Amino acid sequence: MKKILEVKDLSVNFDSFGGEVKAIRGVTFDLHEKETLAIVGESGSGKSVTAQSLMRLIPMPPGKFADGSIKFEGEDLIEKSEKQMESIRGKEISMIFQDPMTSLNPTMTIGKQIAESLIKHQNMSKKEAHERGIELLRLVGLPNPEARIKQYPHEYSGGMRQRAMIAIALACNPKILVADEPTTALDVTIQAQILDLMRDLQEKTGTAIILITHDLGVVANSAHRVAVMYGGKIVETGTVDEIFYNPKHPYTWGLLSSMPNLDQSEGELQAIPGTPPNLLDPPKGCPFAARCPYAMKVCENHMPDYAELSETQKTACWLLDERAPKVEPPKSAIVGGVDQHAHR
Amino acid sequence: MARYLLRRLGYILISLFFIVTITFFCMHFAPGSPFSSEKMPSEAIQKQMDAAYGLDQPLYKQYFDYLVNIAKWDFGPSFKYVGQSVNDIINRSFPYSLILGLEAIFLALAVGVLLGVVAAIKHNKFGDYAAMIIAVLGISVPSFIMASVLQYVFAMKLQLLPTARFESFAYTILPAIALAMTPLAFIARLMRSSMLDVLNADYIKTAKAKGLSDRVVTYRHGLRNAIMPVVSYLGPLVVSILTGSFVIEKIFAIPGLGNEFVVSITNRDYTVIMGTTVFFSVLLLVSILVVDIIYGLIDPRVKVGGKGGAK
Amino acid sequence: MAELELKQADFEPLQKNEADAERIGGPSRTFLQDAWRRFKQNKLAMFGIVVIIILAFLSIFGSMISGHNYYTNDLINANKPPSAEHWFGTDALGRDLFARTWYGARISLFIGLMAALLDLVIGVLWGAISGYFGGKVDEYMMRIADILSGVPYLLVVILLLVVMGQGLWTLIIAMTITGWINMARIVRGEVMRLRSEEYVMAARSLGASTSRILKKHLIPNTFGPVLVTLTLSIPTAIFTEAFLSYLGLGVPAPKASWGTMTSDALPALQYLPYQLFFPAFFICLTMLAFNIIGDGLRDALDPKERK
Repeated sequence: MKKILEVKDLSVNFDSFGGEVKAIRGVTFDLHEKETLAIVGESGSGKSVTAQSLMRLIPMPPGKFADGSIKFEGEDLIEKSEKQMESIRGKEISMIFQDPMTSLNPTMTIGKQIAESLIKHQNMSKKEAHERGIELLRLVGLPNPEARIKQYPHEYSGGMRQRAMIAIALACNPKILVADEPTTALDVTIQAQILDLMRDLQEKTGTAIILITHDLGVVANSAHRVAVMYGGKIVETGTVDEIFYNPKHPYTWGLLSSMPNLDQSEGELQAIPGTPPNLLDPPKGCPFAARCPYAMKVCENHMPDYAELSETQKTACWLLDERAPKVEPPKSAIVGGVDQHAHR
Repeated sequence: MARYLLRRLGYILISLFFIVTITFFCMHFAPGSPFSSEKMPSEAIQKQMDAAYGLDQPLYKQYFDYLVNIAKWDFGPSFKYVGQSVNDIINRSFPYSLILGLEAIFLALAVGVLLGVVAAIKHNKFGDYAAMIIAVLGISVPSFIMASVLQYVFAMKLQLLPTARFESFAYTILPAIALAMTPLAFIARLMRSSMLDVLNADYIKTAKAKGLSDRVVTYRHGLRNAIMPVVSYLGPLVVSILTGSFVIEKIFAIPGLGNEFVVSITNRDYTVIMGTTVFFSVLLLVSILVVDIIYGLIDPRVKVGGKGGAK
Repeated sequence: MAELELKQADFEPLQKNEADAERIGGPSRTFLQDAWRRFKQNKLAMFGIVVIIILAFLSIFGSMISGHNYYTNDLINANKPPSAEHWFGTDALGRDLFARTWYGARISLFIGLMAALLDLVIGVLWGAISGYFGGKVDEYMMRIADILSGVPYLLVVILLLVVMGQGLWTLIIAMTITGWINMARIVRGEVMRLRSEEYVMAARSLGASTSRILKKHLIPNTFGPVLVTLTLSIPTAIFTEAFLSYLGLGVPAPKASWGTMTSDALPALQYLPYQLFFPAFFICLTMLAFNIIGDGLRDALDPKERK
C-alpha cells in the first residue's frame, strides 16, 4: 500500500526555564493508506508531542524543530507556511483529543463546530454545512441527529461527545486522522464502542489513523502496526502480531508484562521499576538503559542502530548484536495463544 | 423564567424592606435633630417645625407612614431645601448622574476588555507588561485622587478641558475617565486572566486543529468564553460607579444625585439621605437582576431559573 | 554513520546502582518553603515589601527626622511650597507638612491595618463555623451575609458614620460592620472544600472535638487564601478611609490622616498643588505596594503557578 506519511529523524526541542528539553529525538516512521498505526508509550515518552508536531500544533516558541522532516504526500510539512498549514489542518490531516469534555467549545452548538471546517475548507453555505453536519452525526452513530445538532456540548454524554469530535474531524474526509488517546477519558464499555466506530469509519472512508495510546489493550484491538516509544525515541516497530507474539525489545517486554492477564489468578502485577529519563539532559546511549534488567556496558554509552528482523519489524537494541548474550523474553511477556484482548 | 423573575423581585422587595427599615431607624437615632444646627428663634418655633414635618408623632407611626409613602414612591419633603420634595431633588439631579455613569460604564468595559485581550495575546511580552502596569495603577490610585490629578493637569494647567460643572459633553470627559479608571483596571485584569485560561483550554487546540486561523480562534472561540467573568462583574461595576459618583461629582461640581447625597449628609437632611439611599438600592438591586438575566442569556450552560441542561 | 569500535567486553552486563533508577532530582520542600521561595523570586513583590518597611519606618520616625512636629501653628509661614526648611511645604496653619504627612501615615495605616485585622477575625470565625457545620447553620449565616452585602459597602459605612458620629474608632467599626463578608465567604469556601477531605474524618474518628478540628486542621489550611485576602483588603480599607474623609466623614481634627489631608487640600488645588500631592502620592504608593504584595502572595501560594 502507498505511503502517505514519511516521518524521518524528527527532533523537537522545547525552551524551558531549566534549559532545552529534547522531547523527541530522531523519530522515524511511516504511515500507509488505510492503515492504523499505534504509537505506544508511557507519559513523557514523547508520543503526544509527536502527534501534535505532525500538524504543527506545537507552539513555536517555546518549541522548535531541531531536525528531520515530515513528508505528507511527498511534501515536507515543516517547510510549509502557517497559511498553507491552515489548509491542511482539518482538511487533509485531522486530530481528535483525549478529553472530549474540554475539547469542545462550551458556548458553541455542535452543529456550528462541525460547520466551521466545512465552511472553511469546502466552501459550503451555512445551510449545506448544517445538512452535512446532520449526515455526519448520523454516520458516527448519534441518535436523533436533527435535534442533537443544535445542542451544546454539556448536553451530551462523554461517549457522545467523543463521537461528535470524530464527526468534526472527519467532516472534510481527511486522509489522516491523528487520535491522541481518544479513549483514555472514557468508560471501558464506551471505549469499545468508540474503537469499533473508528474501525468502521476507516473501512468506509479509507482514512489512515495514527492512534496514540498507553493502553496495549487498545492497540491489540484496533491497530495494524505498532511503534513503541520511550524517552523521546522509537525503540521498536512492527505489525501487531510481531509486537505481541515476537517482541524483541526489553521495554516492549516490560509493557507486555505489566498488562493484567485475565488467565492468571495469582501473582503480582509487574511494574517496570524506575522512572523515565530526564529529557533536559538525555542519556547518551539507549534511553531505557537505566531501567533495563539486561543492560550492558555498551548500552549506557551508545545508541543502538535499528536491527531489521523482518520487512516490517525493526528494533533498536544491543541485545540483537551478535556479540551480545542470548536473552529470552520473560514468561510474563509472552502473550498466550488465546489473546483475550483482541476481537478482530 | 417568569417564575424566576417573580422570585427575584420578591427578594428585592424583602431586601428593600430591610434597607428602608434600617435607614429609617438609623436616621432617627442619629444625634441631634435636623433642625438643631440651625439657629432657631425659639423653642416654640422649633416645636412648630417638628409638627409640620411630622416629627412629633410617635416613632412607630412615623415609620408606618414612611413605609406607605415609599410604596407610593413618595420620599417626602427635604428638610433643608424648603419647598422641595426629595422626589424633586432626585428627578432633577439623577439624569446628570445617569449620563455620567453610562459613559463611565461604557469606557470601563470597552477599554478594559481591550487591554485585557491585548495583554493576554501578548503574554509576557511588552504589551502584557504595559497593560498590566496601567491596570495596577488604576487599582491603586483612588478615583478621587485620579480626578484631582486629571483636573489639575488637563483642566487647570493645560486648559484642554473644562474644569467643572456640566454644560456639554466635553464637561463629562474628565469625570467619566476618573470614574472609569478603577473598574477599568479590574476588568482588564479579569479579562486577561480569563483570556489566558481560555487560550490554554483544549477546545482552542481543537479549533486550531481544524485549520482555523489564529485570529478566528482567538476571537470567535476565545473571546466568547473569556468574557463571562466580565459579565459577572457588571454588578459590582455599577456599584463602583455609583459610589464613585459621590466624590467625582463633588470634585467636578456636577449637579448629580451623588453630589446631592453628599450635601444631604453634611446638612444632616435626613429625608434626602433616606430617599437617595432607597433610590440607590432599588437601582442596584434591579441592575444585579438585569446582569444575572444577561449572564443566563449568554452562557448556554446556565438555565436561568435553576434547571440544568440534559445529560 | 561512523563505524563504532566495539569490543566484546562492551557487551558485559552493566553494574547499576538501584538508586539511580529511582533518583528524584531536587530536594523535597514543604509547601510553605516552596511558596516563600517563589515569593522571593518575584522582584516586584519584594519591592512592595521594601516600600512598606520604609513607610512604616518613616511613619514612626518621620517627624523626628525633620525636626518639626505636626501640630505647631506658624501662621506667618502658612501655605509655603516645599523648601529646605519644610521639605513638603506648610499647610494653611503653617504646620510642617512633612511631619504631618508621617503623622497622618500613622493614622491611615493604623485604620487600614486595624479594619483589615478585624475583618479577618470576624470573617475567619464566621466563615469557618458556617463552612464547617453546613446545613441550616450555614444557610442562615450566609443568608445574613448576603442581605448585609446587598447594600453597597460605602453606603452602609456612610450611614453608620452619620448615626455614630465621627471618630477614629467609629470609623474603624463602621468599616468593619460589612467588610468581613468577603473574608467570610472565602474562608467558608475553603473550609467546605477541606472538611470533605479524609484527614478531617480521620481526626474525628480519633475523637477530636469540633473546636480542635477547626483550630488545628481547618483554619491553618486556609492560611494561603486568607493571607492573600487580608493583604488585599488593606488597600481597600485605606481607600475607604480616604474616601470617607473626602466626604467629610473622616477622623475629626486635630487628628489628621492622609484622607483628611487630601480633602483639605482640594479647594486650593489650583494654587497649592503640593498640599494635595504628598498625601495623595503616599496613599497611592501604599495601596500599590499592598496590591503588589497581595498579587505576589497569590501567585506564590497557588500551586498551579509553576514556572
